[in-house]
Amino acid sequence: MSGAAALAAAPAGRAAAPARARRLTPWGLAAPLGLAYAAFFVAPLLMLVAVSFYADERMTRWGLDQWRRFLLDGFHWKVVADTLLLGLKSVVATTLLGFPFALLYRGASPRWQRVLLFVAVMPLLTSVVVRTFAWIVILGREGVVNQLVLGLGLAAEPLRLLQTELGLVISLTQIEMPLLLLPLLSVMARIDPRLLDASASLGASPWRTLFRVILPLAAPGLAAGCLLVFASSTTAFISQSVIGGGRLVYLPAMIWQQAMVVANWPFAATAAIALLVSVSAVIAVIAYAGRVAAGHAHG
Amino acid sequence: MLFRPIPPAPGPAASLRGHTLDVLGLGVRYGAFTALDAVDLSVQAGEVLALLGPSGCGKTTLLRTVAGFVRQDAGQVLIDGAAIDDLPPNRRRVGIVFQNYALFPHMSVAENVAYGLRARGEPRARIGPRVAELLEMVQLGPLRDRRPGQLSGGQQQRVALARALAIEPSILLLDEPFAALDRSLRLDMQIEIKRLQRQLGLTAILVTHDQDEAMSVADRIAVMRRGRIEQLGTPVEIYDAPQSLFVAGFIGTTNRLPCIVEGAADGMVALRLGDGTALTLPGESPPGPALLTVRPEQLVLHESPGPGRFPVALGLALPLGGQAIREARLADGTALRLTEPRLGAIRALGERAHCGLAPGARPALFPRPDPEED
Repeated sequence: MSGAAALAAAPAGRAAAPARARRLTPWGLAAPLGLAYAAFFVAPLLMLVAVSFYADERMTRWGLDQWRRFLLDGFHWKVVADTLLLGLKSVVATTLLGFPFALLYRGASPRWQRVLLFVAVMPLLTSVVVRTFAWIVILGREGVVNQLVLGLGLAAEPLRLLQTELGLVISLTQIEMPLLLLPLLSVMARIDPRLLDASASLGASPWRTLFRVILPLAAPGLAAGCLLVFASSTTAFISQSVIGGGRLVYLPAMIWQQAMVVANWPFAATAAIALLVSVSAVIAVIAYAGRVAAGHAHG
Repeated sequence: MLFRPIPPAPGPAASLRGHTLDVLGLGVRYGAFTALDAVDLSVQAGEVLALLGPSGCGKTTLLRTVAGFVRQDAGQVLIDGAAIDDLPPNRRRVGIVFQNYALFPHMSVAENVAYGLRARGEPRARIGPRVAELLEMVQLGPLRDRRPGQLSGGQQQRVALARALAIEPSILLLDEPFAALDRSLRLDMQIEIKRLQRQLGLTAILVTHDQDEAMSVADRIAVMRRGRIEQLGTPVEIYDAPQSLFVAGFIGTTNRLPCIVEGAADGMVALRLGDGTALTLPGESPPGPALLTVRPEQLVLHESPGPGRFPVALGLALPLGGQAIREARLADGTALRLTEPRLGAIRALGERAHCGLAPGARPALFPRPDPEED
């Protein structure tokens, strides 16, 4: 009897609960993070924009002087272009090396997938500073690469890798690889293997299957990974300064120099906004390309 | 009708006719597990053969080996008498309808159907009309620009079928194609696939664990168990004359009555049931403990005792359309199921009756198996 009473009461209780819960979710639950973002991200960003409109470095009057100085000097445009190119080169290098790894991961047994996933995220377990200094040891004049090249007689002189863009791209490829692989592997693992069987049974060669089935289905993950690699390598201040050195100038180093060395905050703010806008523009293009490649299939 | 008949024109459809499949001594092992054990099988041109068995019996492995996804350790697969063992899957021209249909989610219905034609390098001018013709055949013309995700299960299956037929396969493999459909749609699709297969003269292999599906669609059934074919025959042969206890139990509903064979002479067997009832049946069997397997429809209830009748206590009756399935229990506790006409005398639960074999019934007799067998 009491059981029946409980059963009868249950629906009423259940009906009342969601009504209360619905008033809380989702805005209420997101409020703490939203307020934190507003206070510590949106507000400083607005301040940054405001600071860039001070005319002089002591911030006494308003004016477009800093913007004029930034935009009218070809050197600054070259720094912007170099920064974006560095990001694109890192994206290309990580994709060329990471995509075959993701294909290997897709076909592996669950046990090997765990091993490969560990290999993929292992770089994240070490600090960027440590990884960057490790690359100095590897790429230096007396480093591992040069000892090998000289030992094999491939070159008479040690190769110059440190303080070159090639060396920087090589080390960024390793440092940023987990950012490409994590979204890519999760998408790869979700591709139904029967789709590949279906493709083969319909007469498609392995290459056709790769380009017509695997690549479009992996496109959202690949695009997400490329975005992360691009955003991270264009702003990789530590790697850019330590491996690139003083000869290679990218926007993050320029911002740091203007803010901390020259103490020209308005100009540093201008450069920071230039970095933000240009990187965001490229990211928008990559994201759009990813959606097109996926054929809008995943909506 | 879901499919429109296609005119028997010469051309693509004609080339579908007349392909045979032979499997010779096929063996596949996964480590210590034997998935296929020296399987021999011949599928005639234009025939639908069902591979029926519980999961792990090797039916899917056999299908995947024919398709080329699994490489056998022994034996050969021949299409029209020519070995295809060294051909990769993409050069075998074997059409497959997968259990979940495996449609490409990023392509439209028409692109899915055209995929195989493009892969074969058909000229663009030929692909368009051919895709239209195939979509017309499965009556999906109006949905040609939809994505698979926007289709119902039955529509997806028709796309999968059109896609597989587009490459004019020599053999059509159906891997549990009806499992994901609901009951009423399943019957429709079974009828229509069968009709289409007849029209095109296709040779097809249907993998299923559903005996009703195998019975209704297949011309012949191969019942598989533990990597071997336990029995191969028409649905009627498999149902009426099961060659093993496993087949008798797997196909249809079967009562197993423990008995003792007391003697056999002149094609007749004398046996005694657990409760002492003596029966004489046509057949042959060595003397000793045995199991009599009786279909529910081979048993009849009587009001009065008589020769070859044994007393039963009646249990529940479950009405199933025109007849009812009645549960009953022998004096020694053996449970029985039998069919009785629903409109006949309604007997009550717990009532006693006398059960005998229907006239002309030929139940199968098997030596009693070892305890660890099924």
